[in-house]
Amino acid sequence: MSGFDTRYVQFFDGGTEPDHALLGGKCASLVTMTAAGMPVPPGFAVTTALYDAFVEESGLRDVIANRLNRLDPDDVVSVDAVSAAIRDEICARPVPERLRRPVIEAWADFQGRFERPVPVAVRSSATAEDLPDASFAGQQDTYLWLVDEHDVHDHIRKCWASLYTSRAITYRLRNAVPEDGLSMAVAVQKMVHARVAGVAMTLNPRNGDRSKITIDASWGVGEAVVSGHVTPDNILVDKVLMCIVEEHVGDKHIELVPDGAGGRLVERDVDAARRAVRSLTDDQVKAVAELAKRAERHYACPQDVEWALDADLPDGQNLLLLQSRPETVHSSKPKPVAAPATASPPPVGFSLGSITAHLTAGRAASVTN
Amino acid sequence: MTVEPAVKSFPRPSELPVPPGAEGWEKLYPYNLVFQNLSGSDDEKFWFCDSQHWPTVFKPFETIGGEFAVKCLGQYNTRHLLIPPANGIEFKIHLGYLYMSPVPVPENRIAARVPEFERRVGHYFQNWDSLLEQWKLKVRATIDELETLTFAGLPEMVPFADIVSGKAKDGSEVLMENYDRLIQLVYQNWQYHFEFLNLGYLAYLDFFTFAKQVFPDIPDQAIAKMVQGVDMELFRPDDELKKLATLAVELGLQSAFENTDDVEGTLARVGDLSGGRRWLDAYRAAQDPWFNFTVGNGFYGHDKYWIEHQEIPLGYIKDYIRRVDEGQRILRPIDELVAERDRIVAEYRSLLDGENLAAFDVKHGLAVTAYPYVENHNFYIEHWTMGVFWRKVRELSRVFVAAGFWADEGDLLYLTRGEVRDALFDLVTGWAVGAEATGPSYWPAEIDRRRGIIDALGSRRPQPALNTPPAQITEPFTMMLWGITTEQVQQWLGDDSGSDSAITGMSASPGVAEGRARVVHHADQLSEVQEGEILVATITAPSWGPIFGKIKATVTDIGGMMSHAAIVCREYGLPAVTGTGNGSTTIRTGQLIRVDGNAGRVEILED
Repeated sequence: MSGFDTRYVQFFDGGTEPDHALLGGKCASLVTMTAAGMPVPPGFAVTTALYDAFVEESGLRDVIANRLNRLDPDDVVSVDAVSAAIRDEICARPVPERLRRPVIEAWADFQGRFERPVPVAVRSSATAEDLPDASFAGQQDTYLWLVDEHDVHDHIRKCWASLYTSRAITYRLRNAVPEDGLSMAVAVQKMVHARVAGVAMTLNPRNGDRSKITIDASWGVGEAVVSGHVTPDNILVDKVLMCIVEEHVGDKHIELVPDGAGGRLVERDVDAARRAVRSLTDDQVKAVAELAKRAERHYACPQDVEWALDADLPDGQNLLLLQSRPETVHSSKPKPVAAPATASPPPVGFSLGSITAHLTAGRAASVTN
Repeated sequence: MTVEPAVKSFPRPSELPVPPGAEGWEKLYPYNLVFQNLSGSDDEKFWFCDSQHWPTVFKPFETIGGEFAVKCLGQYNTRHLLIPPANGIEFKIHLGYLYMSPVPVPENRIAARVPEFERRVGHYFQNWDSLLEQWKLKVRATIDELETLTFAGLPEMVPFADIVSGKAKDGSEVLMENYDRLIQLVYQNWQYHFEFLNLGYLAYLDFFTFAKQVFPDIPDQAIAKMVQGVDMELFRPDDELKKLATLAVELGLQSAFENTDDVEGTLARVGDLSGGRRWLDAYRAAQDPWFNFTVGNGFYGHDKYWIEHQEIPLGYIKDYIRRVDEGQRILRPIDELVAERDRIVAEYRSLLDGENLAAFDVKHGLAVTAYPYVENHNFYIEHWTMGVFWRKVRELSRVFVAAGFWADEGDLLYLTRGEVRDALFDLVTGWAVGAEATGPSYWPAEIDRRRGIIDALGSRRPQPALNTPPAQITEPFTMMLWGITTEQVQQWLGDDSGSDSAITGMSASPGVAEGRARVVHHADQLSEVQEGEILVATITAPSWGPIFGKIKATVTDIGGMMSHAAIVCREYGLPAVTGTGNGSTTIRTGQLIRVDGNAGRVEILED
């Protein structure tokens, strides 16, 4: 990736430092996770520096400042009008060629990784203080299933423009957040094309045993697994030896697959040949388990991980982490505790009492049989 | 009304047909080793076959290993340690094979044994290192004394010096004393053999049970890896050969190893080369004691020992030299093995806290201290002691051969050890009286007759077990040492309803490998094994180590998680499935097979 000017464009797997000011929260997190061996869907960040250069060189900086000058946050009509005008300007004003270049090159490089053009998602990646709190996060702009290069460019600008929604403007005015340093990065990220997908939990939910990883896997998009529409393959892996301890191959009668480039999911029957065979090879099981183990180590608590094997990526690079969140249901339950061996205090150096208990417990069990 | 499920059973001993030509087999063995109560309890009790230690039919003299080993195992459970639920293991020979039946302690006596058990076991665990140091001295002293025993023919006349000194004995007493001493000394080391063995298993079993409680589905092999020693005496003989091969390459002696079947010639050729003397010095130094190593398991008179069959170690050295020349790494990656073991321990440990963590540390610590004995003792007893023993037995037999009792030194094995004593008195009587001993006109024909019976018995494989098994197998040593579990018994009985054609066994060492099978029924076939093949054997022995460097995986008929094949495969990082029961009779050499050491499955992919 050394060919790119990393001031303006950074690939998630480019090995750069996750500079929050340059990448915004979302992209910084994607870079961090990729570097930590938790491969998120591949893509690149259009940095805040590029946005800054754009508003500077296109003269937008002054235009925006003028429009916001003396704007009353309670005057909803005016705020709406200013918001619309600024956003129109951001989307319409030409981006100087020198700033278009890095994105064009990154796009070409990105698409060059695949045999045929792949659709992407374009998402805004704000730096923390510029926009309202987490409740707004979901309203930050995300545009899915884009394939055309011009569309991508246009939607990058839409993400930039989202800095100036009426709500964002009002929020900053009311909270006296200065316009200086206000910026926006944008993530351009591959849409996941799941051939096999599922979830992985870094413990055994049946007994809370944290030395295991439980994997549910099925054909197609993971939604079928999460929603319970199919009986997935269920595989129990030992977290330390990374070997399969137990497995149940599910009867995976349907799968959800993307309908061309449109992004709609369609349900279809799984052919007989694939239905009753495990949807993951041994190596893939191990890769999913290792991914989950890394996520647990990274976040320092049991994780519930969504993953997918991407059909557009080559074997060995096609396992993607879609989401990892703390596992709270089972990990808060009591852990298995060895039966108390003896009422007497444990002897120093070794536990003879428990040896005796084990030996005699075996007999007691046989009596009841 | 409840319907009793049909209880599946193994055959009763009385139901098993005697192979043609083996009629009268039961008279070949001491009376107490054969079922004498076949109309009563012997025909009812559950017996399992220990084909792990005794895969082939006993010749009468060879029962000594089975008798001493299983008797001494029992004495430690029953009389030394008072293991609360378990006495010893009863043993009988049926149709030439050894069958065992664990003896439980009656329910109402278990509790009373606990205080003595804790006192005795506690003493051993608290004084492990010093007692083990003492053990090595005792065992070594026994072996040294065994070496001093000699068996030589008697002279034409008593030496004049004995007349002068008034000794008044003819020397026959030395023959008889030495024979008795030979038996006594080997008995002594078999007693010592079990001094620590049951304790080693006990510590392992304790950690095993605990690990299964806190990590319910933990693979057995993970527990094994956590306690396994790495720098083991049992691996020393093989390591010595690797060092010798490396030295030969350093000194440029490769050309001398063209034909290692010619031992004298090979050593002479080495000596003629520059640097050869240095290598020969190293070779001789390695022999004592590490060449007291058998390709068998020490329980049979036909077991070959490296020290007397140097074409075996020299052949291995030749192969190692080739691999070093090809740039292969032949030394075991000890640092990596240690690092991997430490990683496994640390990762499981990190999942525990509080009382469980404290218990883990204590139990793991005990198992790590006690368990290495379970592997290392094997060199001292089965290999070294028994190697010297069998050599002395052959020395004695040559005295009989010289006196015309039988033709071949191996023929003595067709007598029981009591009969050997009788024959010895026959021999010295004939010599003393100045008449023909009876043996020369009795034993040749009798030995031929017995040979026919043994060969006929050997044409049949043993039953895995006899009579109706208990609903649950709970006896800890039976499960641990022999891998006899409820599941195993059900599998023998054909209860596994999974109808696919895969061969199943224990997941003894992780990994998956595909390759061509090489079926080996006897150590003499080992030279046939080619690089990259999968070894399929009835059972393997520690001295097959050099083979493990060139194979991709192992499948055995017999053995559990702690069997030799399992230990060595984990050591070499090879997949292994053990205890398949029928792997070596189902798979044929040359078939493409897939060994899944994680799932304990073997598939035949193509002929």
